[in-house]
Amino acid sequence: MTVTSPQPTRRPSAGSRAAEVAGRLFGGGSATVFALLIVVFVWIFILNPNFAEPPSLMAFVKQAAPLVILAVGQYFVIVSGEFDLSVGSLVGAQVVIAAALLDGEESRTVPVILVMLAFGVLVGLVNGLVTTVLKVQSFITTLGMMLVLYGAIRLWTGGAPTGALSEAFRQAGRGGIDMAVVRQLPYALLILVGIVIVAIAIMRSSYGRTLMATGDNERAAGFSGVRVWQVRTLAFVLSSVMATVAGILIGGYAGVTAQVGQGLEFTAITAVVLGGVVLGGGRGTVVAAMAGALTLEALFTLFNQLSMPSTIRPAVQGVIIIAAVAYAARERARPRQQPDTAPEAPVPAPEANQS
Amino acid sequence: MRRSRALLAASAAAALMLTACTTDDPDETAAPEETAAAGEEPGTEDGGEGEEEPAADGEWFVQADYERQLAQRDIEPEGPADQPWLQAIEPEYVDTTEYANPEGNTLCFSNASVSNPWRVTGWITMQQQVEVLQAAGEIGEFRVSDAADDDNQQISDIQAFVDAGDCNAIIISPSTTATLTPAVEAACASGVPVIVFDRGVNTDCMVTFIHPIGGYAYGADGAEFLVENLEPGSTVLALRILPGVDVLEHRWAAAQEIFADSELEILGDEFTGGDGAQIKTLVTQYLQRGEVDGIWMDAGDGAVAAVEAFEDTGNDYPVMVGEDELSFMRKWQETGMTAIAPVYSNFQWRTPILAATMIWAGEQVPSEWVLPQAPITDADRDEFLDRNAEMPSLHYAKFGGEDLPGYPSAWQDR
Repeated sequence: MTVTSPQPTRRPSAGSRAAEVAGRLFGGGSATVFALLIVVFVWIFILNPNFAEPPSLMAFVKQAAPLVILAVGQYFVIVSGEFDLSVGSLVGAQVVIAAALLDGEESRTVPVILVMLAFGVLVGLVNGLVTTVLKVQSFITTLGMMLVLYGAIRLWTGGAPTGALSEAFRQAGRGGIDMAVVRQLPYALLILVGIVIVAIAIMRSSYGRTLMATGDNERAAGFSGVRVWQVRTLAFVLSSVMATVAGILIGGYAGVTAQVGQGLEFTAITAVVLGGVVLGGGRGTVVAAMAGALTLEALFTLFNQLSMPSTIRPAVQGVIIIAAVAYAARERARPRQQPDTAPEAPVPAPEANQS
Repeated sequence: MRRSRALLAASAAAALMLTACTTDDPDETAAPEETAAAGEEPGTEDGGEGEEEPAADGEWFVQADYERQLAQRDIEPEGPADQPWLQAIEPEYVDTTEYANPEGNTLCFSNASVSNPWRVTGWITMQQQVEVLQAAGEIGEFRVSDAADDDNQQISDIQAFVDAGDCNAIIISPSTTATLTPAVEAACASGVPVIVFDRGVNTDCMVTFIHPIGGYAYGADGAEFLVENLEPGSTVLALRILPGVDVLEHRWAAAQEIFADSELEILGDEFTGGDGAQIKTLVTQYLQRGEVDGIWMDAGDGAVAAVEAFEDTGNDYPVMVGEDELSFMRKWQETGMTAIAPVYSNFQWRTPILAATMIWAGEQVPSEWVLPQAPITDADRDEFLDRNAEMPSLHYAKFGGEDLPGYPSAWQDR
């Protein structure tokens, strides 16, 4: 599904609208991530042809969906020029809250999901308002939020999660529709497709454009009538809501453990950066951010297929990411020698890649 | 503007570096220890695929400890059979009359943390035990500090107890072995009886060191079960939480030793951080590569996620090694798979409290108090599940608090 999406870029349909749309979706210095994604997948297929079978791909999607959704949320925040470090803790908190409130009761599933969404919105609002109204660096705001959530959960549960998730709750992340070829069409895939559509729609709406403009040049955006604080606060809310959805999927996928969500914020940021989205804001597409997340997951899979000792993996992963981002940055800098490629230089007209 | 972008770029670099650590969590701070007796017998050269890091062998393996622990599993412990927390294996008693102190006793406890379900369960049991003895007038004040897994914090916690000067005994559950040794020695030097439990320290100045048999025995229980229940040539995947923590390293070292003498093929050993999502993903990927006939784990945290990976990919259940955590035991009963639950006796949290009152009464205590540590098997699984039917899924079956007041609600409303 999303795995095969890069193909349109290669279709030589000169001048056609399709190519233009594809260029908009996949271009903008993010071609590297698609190339990397394809290379990694081909490599996995060569090592293990079993992986190309539909059930294996479905299992991959189930496992990758939460990170892709987190990357979408993180994208909104990063493209507006900020950071959200609280998503990993939020995922952990949401799973622990769900387990404690559900306590295995099937009938509570829907109300608890609503409570989780409300909590997600609340966390996003606090992150957003503290950052925009109190002018605290988002790096600090969300770092604080990360610690607050982590600490509050520890305080509340005495250090270890309690309760249990209901079977119905776990369906979203674990279940699916039984089918012939793929064995099971995961609900996670359907939810992911829904979120992809919504995310693309958001970025093509006027909100998406103002978000991009805000990240590109806050002052210029402000002068042209954008309420910067509103735009950014909403980005934080979107990020927290995405983290909540990711939490629902992760809880469903794997159940409750004390460590759930740990470190996910950095994986999500890495995914977005790998997708060619420029830290500091204003550049990069949401589709590329999602491709970044898929690439990271594929890379984890590849390491496993290569039987690489687990101790060496973080280093290799780091090198690949830095190399890919550096290569993409070089690509971006080369063809057009305009000042707007240097991130420090404020660009008067936000002719961002998306709009 | 410029500055904020520079900051963003810097934080991005930090983010990348930190991400590099998320796949597994090399807890290097805990590593430097146990070197004295290392290298005695690097006999863990196994016939596997060369996937094990050779560095881990030898460094954590002490042949004599391994043999002693394996033998201790078969030794009948002394003491009351219905109170395993008071039993001791091959105890050598020490005289404590110098600490005899009949009344007004303040008990101080420096806890490493309550950061996992095993420690939370034990901590509740300990508090309930204290309540009983406080009601009986044997313990006065119970003072506790929690170091949240921070060595430095725990060192100053212990120092604070020493400086306060009014602790009549200090119980210490060390965060790490080597780093905490000087702090424990300082506590001993203050003249107060010191009781260490769970993880050890490199000194024997304390009155008693309380612990179950140990990591080698735990690891061997699971590994032997796999060897017995799998055909020669079967494949086993090993899932571990963290590198560099002695109680966990010993489990893996023992397992390697036993697998080396078997016909089993070890597919790999992976660090999971105890994260269910990572465990499920890893197992799923191994299943995509080929068959997995058995799973060895160094702790049950997340065992259910591993089992679910088999279910969700439509594979038969593996021969499974978990722990006496109820979530796993319930899954085991539900599915009827072939499994064993090694136990790292959670009831040991009662023993230091009782030891303190024994010391104050001038009674002898074992200088090294080795508690029994028997795995739960098919034979007694259902009995333990029935007993704990009302308990939450992250509770441990052998918590040994059934006779304490507050049972069961204290453990249910954690």
